[in-house]
Amino acid sequence: MAATQTILTKHETDEIDMWLKRFPEDRGQSALLAALRAVMHEDHYLSTEKMDAVADYLGLSKIAVYEVASFYSMYELEEKAAAKNTIAVCTNISCMLNGSDNIVEHIEEKLGIKMGETTPDGEFFFKIEEECLAACCGAPMMQLNHVYHENLTPEKVDELLDGVRSKASLKNKEVS
Amino acid sequence: MSNTDKQFVTITINDKEIEAVPGSMLIDVADKSDIHIPRFCYHKKLSVAANCRMCLVDVEKAPKPLPACATPVNEGMVVWTKSERALTAQKDTMEFLLINHPLDCPICDQGGECELQDLSMEFGSGTSNFHEMKRVVVDKDIGELVATEMTRCIQCTRCVRFGEEIAGMREMGATGRGDRMEIGTFVEKSLDSEISGNIIDICPVGALTAKPSRYHSRAWEMMQTPSIASHDCVGSNVKLHTFKKKLVRVIAAENEDINECWISDRDRFSYQGVYADDRVEKPMIKYNGIWKEVDWSTALDRTVEKLTEVSAKDIAVLASARATLEELYLLQKSMRSIGVANIDHRLRQVDFNDQESSGAYPSLGMKIADIENLDSILLVGSNVRKEQPMINQRIRKAALNGAKIMCVNPLELDFNYDVDAQRVSNPVEMIKTLAIIAKASYILSKTEIPAGLNDLFTSVRLNKADKVFAENLIASKNSAVFLGSISMQHPGYSTLRALSKAIAGNTGSTLAYLSGASNSAGAWLAGVVPHQKEAGQKADIIGKNAGEMLSKTKKVYMLLDLELERDSDNPQQAKAAMNQADTIIAVTPYANKTLLSLADIILPSAAYAETSGTYVNAEGTWQSFKAAAKSYGEARPAWKILRVLGNKLDVKGFDYVSSKDVRNELQGLCENVNNENPVSVEGIYTKLDDVTSQSLYRIGNVGEFSGDSLVRRATALQKSNPEQNAVQLNAKQAALLGLKDLPTVDNEHAEKEVMVDVKQGEVVVSMPLLINDNIPDKCALLASGTKSSSLLGSAFGEIEITA
Repeated sequence: MAATQTILTKHETDEIDMWLKRFPEDRGQSALLAALRAVMHEDHYLSTEKMDAVADYLGLSKIAVYEVASFYSMYELEEKAAAKNTIAVCTNISCMLNGSDNIVEHIEEKLGIKMGETTPDGEFFFKIEEECLAACCGAPMMQLNHVYHENLTPEKVDELLDGVRSKASLKNKEVS
Repeated sequence: MSNTDKQFVTITINDKEIEAVPGSMLIDVADKSDIHIPRFCYHKKLSVAANCRMCLVDVEKAPKPLPACATPVNEGMVVWTKSERALTAQKDTMEFLLINHPLDCPICDQGGECELQDLSMEFGSGTSNFHEMKRVVVDKDIGELVATEMTRCIQCTRCVRFGEEIAGMREMGATGRGDRMEIGTFVEKSLDSEISGNIIDICPVGALTAKPSRYHSRAWEMMQTPSIASHDCVGSNVKLHTFKKKLVRVIAAENEDINECWISDRDRFSYQGVYADDRVEKPMIKYNGIWKEVDWSTALDRTVEKLTEVSAKDIAVLASARATLEELYLLQKSMRSIGVANIDHRLRQVDFNDQESSGAYPSLGMKIADIENLDSILLVGSNVRKEQPMINQRIRKAALNGAKIMCVNPLELDFNYDVDAQRVSNPVEMIKTLAIIAKASYILSKTEIPAGLNDLFTSVRLNKADKVFAENLIASKNSAVFLGSISMQHPGYSTLRALSKAIAGNTGSTLAYLSGASNSAGAWLAGVVPHQKEAGQKADIIGKNAGEMLSKTKKVYMLLDLELERDSDNPQQAKAAMNQADTIIAVTPYANKTLLSLADIILPSAAYAETSGTYVNAEGTWQSFKAAAKSYGEARPAWKILRVLGNKLDVKGFDYVSSKDVRNELQGLCENVNNENPVSVEGIYTKLDDVTSQSLYRIGNVGEFSGDSLVRRATALQKSNPEQNAVQLNAKQAALLGLKDLPTVDNEHAEKEVMVDVKQGEVVVSMPLLINDNIPDKCALLASGTKSSSLLGSAFGEIEITA
């Protein structure tokens, strides 16, 4: 089913091909979640062009890809999500009761952005996390890129965010 | 005996005992017994989704109400559809459905014919427990045909399932999740399906409505008249909606044997053409180059005068195959009675060499509904999806049932099902391609090759892979060879036909003609062909065919509902013939600039929906219809005009009072007409020269929306298909012209338009160029019937393109 020309990167197509092998030949749709994950990994968001390319690559209709991509909150559809780091603070019931609002407020103040926004230097995207991330026992928690961090305090958040901030951007900050 | 082996189970619905097929769904069984269960998402032609929950019913021993659409019946099942438990469930569901539905019924086009409105009258409550904000969905433009108001959507997903299951292309989908789920196309795009308008009919609310008729009238103000669609050989059943006697809308009517419950977009939206700006209000005569409006009797007297002052040999009569059977029969009868033998309706045909081998009329050779039972199908020169959308639906069903679909075409076409074998070659090579398949059919069936085919067969080489076509057809119990419009317009039609006949004969397949317009079969039966009178009887004198009438000028032309520059194969030639003629009499609803400059007498006739009549479809079914809308100005139904003309010409037996009289007379004559297509072949008549190396060969089959005067005036359809006005080449061919990075056919929002000069004959026309890699080398796709092609020459022939 592989299209001869695609805008998908080598890494993306390799990843998709690896998943396609696990399913029967006519079940391209089975590899869709993995395919979109591969694109997310590269681009940090799903552009319409990339989704169309995935549709072509898997032999699906485009709308079938849009449906899946827009359903799952782990996929981002807007370009602003393509920051170097993604922060998702859980604000569901357990985390809320344990003070997630303070954490959100702290991050917003620290980065100077609201939830759903990206810092102007492209370092952080602060996602509106609407779902419980299933770590209630460690509430309040957040997911920073792919890693869970539990029992958060403002100090711990500072440490984590400063830790991932890229060296280049720190350098820029010192200069300014 | 297990439950599933039984032929019937007995169930009880509302204390009524009903026999039902085991495994069938409760809602179907109830429907058949006229027990109404409310529903939104269920549609009998679509898969079961069971997501609206409106059809919840009370089933004995079930712990909770069950959805009737997804509950198979079992022996002894006891069901109540109106019990307290059922009603409570239905009312609760209704309350949920109304939570987010806006209260905009007064400005909604669906108001008055809305399933949600109707059911909320029955199951809705005056108050709601929901006090929060209703959600709002931002609309996307999905093209010229379907208007969206997605805030009204109740997410039944009928339109989504229609796209996947019926149209064969998913365009609508459900994006987002939970309370933010939206039905739509997600990205802004026009619907591409040729039958997309059906989502308007199946949408139970006002989320999807017809854009061209939006805000024109309310459902209860309109009159509904059953009628027959006029753009393809199927004759889809439609309902015409008129407001103050004006046609404002067309929707599908159900006829399981013909169009099931779907219609093509062409049949749905072509009505816009009825009220075009160039409708003729009064009879007109041109005196010394100046048009004067006259009364009917003056115009008809003048017509009689012009028809009788020349010898009948010098009269040419040409008619549209969209004219009704009654009109065509009266035209034929009156003209033949004054000795005119030159009469024809096949204006797009070029090769008439074997016209006498057609039988009474080129028919489908089977019932439309039987197409879905075929095991293998060979399509010869047919863009069936655009030409005959409803036939394509049946072929699609056959394909989904596992039928082998094969085709031979001059370009690669998009099908909405899998094609097993496809051969694409330029139009001239296409004959050889088909010859190879025919040769294989002789060899495989061990039939002797007739001497007339020897030359052609020795010129082609048969490879092993070519045998698959004939093998599939022979191996199938029910198989058919379809000849489509591309073949009929082809300069080597008689050869394509002879080869198709041979293939059909050798493989035991049915030969099926997909004749162009709604009444092509009717035109043959009415005797509007030069070699046959009514009911397939041989003509006393064989007249000139349409090609001959237009290549050599006659003195008088009588035209019925035609625009020669768009309806004939070679517009340049047709216009030249008209220019030299003494008198042109046009019976027509429309008079465009070309007609006004060429014609001498214009007799305004009623347009589609304004006249009663009959169409005979390709399978041979006679379908009559009544007039639905009021005639425009002094226009009269053409059958009345022709009847009076007949009276004035003193034709005997012309005392018809109604169109029904005319139909009955012809039907009596046609009683013993055989609709089988002969398949015997002696040889071929037409040999084509190979395409010369330098030039491009035009593939000029009729565009989707350019086939007749009505659809050409349907503004929304015209806007929805800009590609048909462009010339299309493959990228390699365009590169030879020095053109690169051009807009392609499937890229809708191409930023730039590239114009090229197209030369055919002496005329150069500038038109947009699109890249379509489905076209073979040295060929250009340039549809006939369009405005720009009305200046060009033959639909199939050499053209030049310069950047």
